[in-house]
Amino acid sequence: MRRYILSFICLISLSIFAFSQEHGHDQHDGHQHGSQSNVEENSHGCGHAPEGDFNPGATAFHHISDQNIYNIGPWSFPLPCFLYASDKGWSVFSSGKFHTDDHGHGNGHVAVDGYVLIDGMVHRILDRTFPNGEVEINNHGFHTTMEIHGKEKQVPAVCYDDKLWAVEARSTADGGLFGGGVTSFYDFSITKNVLTMIIVFALMAWLFLTVAKRYKERKGMAPAGVQSFIETMFVFIQDEVAKPFLGKYWEKYLPFLMSLFFFILGLNLFGQIPFFGGSNVTGNLAITMVLAVITFIVVNINGNKHYWEHIFWMPGVPAWVKTILTPVEFLGIFIKPLTLMLRLFANITAGHMVIVIFVGLIFMFGKGQWGASLGTAVGSTLLTVFMMSIELLVAFIQAFVFTILTASYIGAATEEAHH
Amino acid sequence: MFGSITAIGMGLAVIGAGIGIGNVGGKAMEAIARQPEAVGDIRANMILMAALVEGAALIAIVVAFLSNNAG
Repeated sequence: MRRYILSFICLISLSIFAFSQEHGHDQHDGHQHGSQSNVEENSHGCGHAPEGDFNPGATAFHHISDQNIYNIGPWSFPLPCFLYASDKGWSVFSSGKFHTDDHGHGNGHVAVDGYVLIDGMVHRILDRTFPNGEVEINNHGFHTTMEIHGKEKQVPAVCYDDKLWAVEARSTADGGLFGGGVTSFYDFSITKNVLTMIIVFALMAWLFLTVAKRYKERKGMAPAGVQSFIETMFVFIQDEVAKPFLGKYWEKYLPFLMSLFFFILGLNLFGQIPFFGGSNVTGNLAITMVLAVITFIVVNINGNKHYWEHIFWMPGVPAWVKTILTPVEFLGIFIKPLTLMLRLFANITAGHMVIVIFVGLIFMFGKGQWGASLGTAVGSTLLTVFMMSIELLVAFIQAFVFTILTASYIGAATEEAHH
Repeated sequence: MFGSITAIGMGLAVIGAGIGIGNVGGKAMEAIARQPEAVGDIRANMILMAALVEGAALIAIVVAFLSNNAG
């Protein structure tokens, strides 16, 4: 009975927390209006910042994407920025220089060397005549239209000197090749995702070194403490994944499979901790792509004669079928890692987005009314708790699926002929 | 969220994956009911097959996403 009362109190306090967040949001809006009228004297050329309704989709995307600041609860912490532009060289500074307000929305009101912080991410001002050094700007969600690839598009902008200055898209490795917009700089910063990976790496190293030491100390004895937690998962992957799929080579690939499994699992679980950065590392396409590329290299380097023979000249089928089969099999080499990459990305991203949108329901239905806000806060807290427990399951399943598929691809590439 | 025909494409992709994964799960349940002692093997293979079916749907969804952004 006491347990039920306890969980009820927990739920109530969670709801009240969600509700007070919503109320805080209202106050924050009020604050924004206030500062708007203050800066209006020196920025009337820009007009008003667009007010707009609450947009759940945009908010969800903002919360799951990488950022140059780290949020823990309501506080935001600056991270180091390493930016490179070919016409400007390196700019190295702390993202605290952008002076984000303490509300964690990540719009900095200072431009540094032509870089600005919008929605927590570094952007560069397109116009090269923008003054260098630290410049006070008005950055409250302005937009302007710009022509990109012959099409009119809305791009974010900042207000400075009674003028709207359009900013480039985020830094991408492809330079905006896949419709990401124009970028002329590269962002090598230690972002939220990078920091999370470093933290998870340190945690994993500590955990496994501890367990390894425990095995030396307790030789021949039953596992104890954290050792039994790790041993269960380790033996499961070894017996259910490595041995059945890899046959006699299982020991050679075991370290790779274990690294994949525990790294993905660690990142998945770390991303589940509420109010602790909310990092979405395995829900980032770049990171799952790197994991998939590593798998691609391991599979194809270790592929034996039979593997390549079955791709390019399938034995035992008529020649005219081979002309169809060979392109399909060849594409299959690339499609396998592609689906690995997309599966992990889509599952983790979807989970994070659903949680953000459940919380967003409070803002959609509440609209500043106490009763409606409180009612929705209770409902969406329940939904969020339910979703988070499903996500806990998904974190394990996706780490397992990535590992088992990698093992089956390696197994298929190294299998000896038996016909 | 996306006011375009992309949403229909994504919905169609999900129908296919839903039928596929439903089949995989249903047959796995039958198999477990017949042979409860093989539950470990069946579960591992079920997850593997569900992941493979899901892969086709994921490609469709990403193509829908890309065409939405580029188009």
